[in-house]
Amino acid sequence: MPVYEKILLKNMELSGYTGSLTDYANTGGYSALEKVLKGMSPADVIETVKKSGLRGRGGAGFPTGVKWGFIPKDHPGPKYLCCNADESEPGTFKDRQLIENDPHPILEGIAIACFAIGAQTAYIYIRGEFFTGAKVLNQAIADAYRAGFLGKDILGSGFNLDIYVHRGAGAYICGEETALLESIEGKRGKPRSKPPFPATHGLYQKPTVVNNVETLSNVPHIINRGPEWFAAIGNGKSTGTRIFSVSGHVNNPGNYEVPLGITFREMIFEHAGGMQGDKKLKAIIPGGASASFFTPDHLDVRMDFESVAAAGSMLGSGAVTVMNEDTCMVWAAMNLLEFFHHESCGKCTPCREGSAWLLQILKRIEAGDGRLDDLKALESLSHKIEGMTVCAFGDAEVAPILSTLKHFRAEYEAHIEERRCPFRPNAVLAMAH
Amino acid sequence: MKMRTLSDQTKTNIEAEFVKYPDKRSVLLPALWIVQEEMGYLSEPAMMDVADLLDITPVQVYDVATFYYMYNLKPVGKFHIQVCKTLSCGLVGANALIAYIQKRLEIHAGETTSDGLFSLKLVECLAACGSGPMMQINEDYYEHLTNQKVDQILDDLKRLGRSPLATGRFRLPMVG
Repeated sequence: MPVYEKILLKNMELSGYTGSLTDYANTGGYSALEKVLKGMSPADVIETVKKSGLRGRGGAGFPTGVKWGFIPKDHPGPKYLCCNADESEPGTFKDRQLIENDPHPILEGIAIACFAIGAQTAYIYIRGEFFTGAKVLNQAIADAYRAGFLGKDILGSGFNLDIYVHRGAGAYICGEETALLESIEGKRGKPRSKPPFPATHGLYQKPTVVNNVETLSNVPHIINRGPEWFAAIGNGKSTGTRIFSVSGHVNNPGNYEVPLGITFREMIFEHAGGMQGDKKLKAIIPGGASASFFTPDHLDVRMDFESVAAAGSMLGSGAVTVMNEDTCMVWAAMNLLEFFHHESCGKCTPCREGSAWLLQILKRIEAGDGRLDDLKALESLSHKIEGMTVCAFGDAEVAPILSTLKHFRAEYEAHIEERRCPFRPNAVLAMAH
Repeated sequence: MKMRTLSDQTKTNIEAEFVKYPDKRSVLLPALWIVQEEMGYLSEPAMMDVADLLDITPVQVYDVATFYYMYNLKPVGKFHIQVCKTLSCGLVGANALIAYIQKRLEIHAGETTSDGLFSLKLVECLAACGSGPMMQINEDYYEHLTNQKVDQILDDLKRLGRSPLATGRFRLPMVG
């Protein structure tokens, strides 16, 4: 199996490494912040991150340095940075591992980002279920204040920064950056219409950057080792490594950090140990529940932003869900629609109402009560949701349906013709609240 | 300010959050967490107290409390079991596990056992997709579950109030 240098998971694999400030300092921790504060201008930092090619690891893959560059320099402030630790995209569990095992690189990345954009306050928005993660972060923040890496006049530079942990309370949509801002402001997490964008009108209508945990964790390494080093890893415009969360019917599910651009075949059959029980592979979700399904025909697609998009899906949050030959694709789509229906924030009618109708039709088909024109109804409904909502949720909720209809239409037809699920004769448990 | 139901300590804890934000309304989510920690759920008098403390209306509090799934609007058992039912867990046996827990506790999802010890709720993805099936009970995650493990966890909680099977620091796969 190919072995690659790890950047983000490296520390936690050191024997005895606890993620404490002392342990992090022993690996050179906070030297990047020192380098920035003692010898770089905000413009230098932004230029360095731009040159590295670092792109957002939360889902959209937007170039991080460009995002920072959108913050108006002449704005009197305050400006804000929000670290998105709301990790909720089904299949994704990488940020949880980073937060619990190595919180200080996140804080150091936040501090460098805040210096670059001129922010003196940062919020880490962490999903409510991560009680452990929130405790680890609060401890790390307290330690960083004591050591002088946070607070007033950091390292004698005159730069001030406060970081606060803000806990969510169970709402997938708060991972959407403007919903996240609404949630910090004490409101329902409903995405805002854009423009204006957070770069000019973000938290409290002030210039704001929202960056994912994994994105920010990369920043100290880019400062320390240089943008050229980072840009040399990966494939084309997808630079650096990525932590892929692999789940489903593989022998070794887990988080694997590899250079962007290896193939799905290598990920599933080498790193994740291949298929459980040597069953045949049927489907792959390449980038979280919002991404279109792939088939075994896509095994040689490279895991970078451009290649996955060119093949008709998206790299998204880096969550790879693997399904074997015994998995019913109608059930899989239905399961995800239950998720999307439950998590729709209700703001946009196509998404709110559409998810209910889509789910109802899928349940009917899965239960053996489907009709042939249901497939047309699924498609036509989906096309009336896609692109018609304020945020990307609408596109996300139809991706599992449209892609399973495209690749596995015969399975839908079999459910309808046989009047039962050929894979799971027993109806799936209904959701109860 | 006279509180209807919140204790002085809870009020103090909420007020300690004000320093973190430029306005009081932003303390709403933290405040509801603090109340839920003290009282187990968000009663209407408690929400009205929060509204007073934050200078917002009770409806603004209720609006938010009903949006976020983790806020309990009615009392729950001492141990609040939340089982993930989303795809990755579903692929590795979440449905069978849910059926087992329901049978073993003799309750359906959404209910609480008659002794008030256990409530069961089905939830969407908890970011433990490689280690399913899984559940969260109060603040702890329990992963790689089997029926036997569930038996032990429920027994532990009943007898000791905690279980050593709770996930510690999360790493997957375990290396080194």
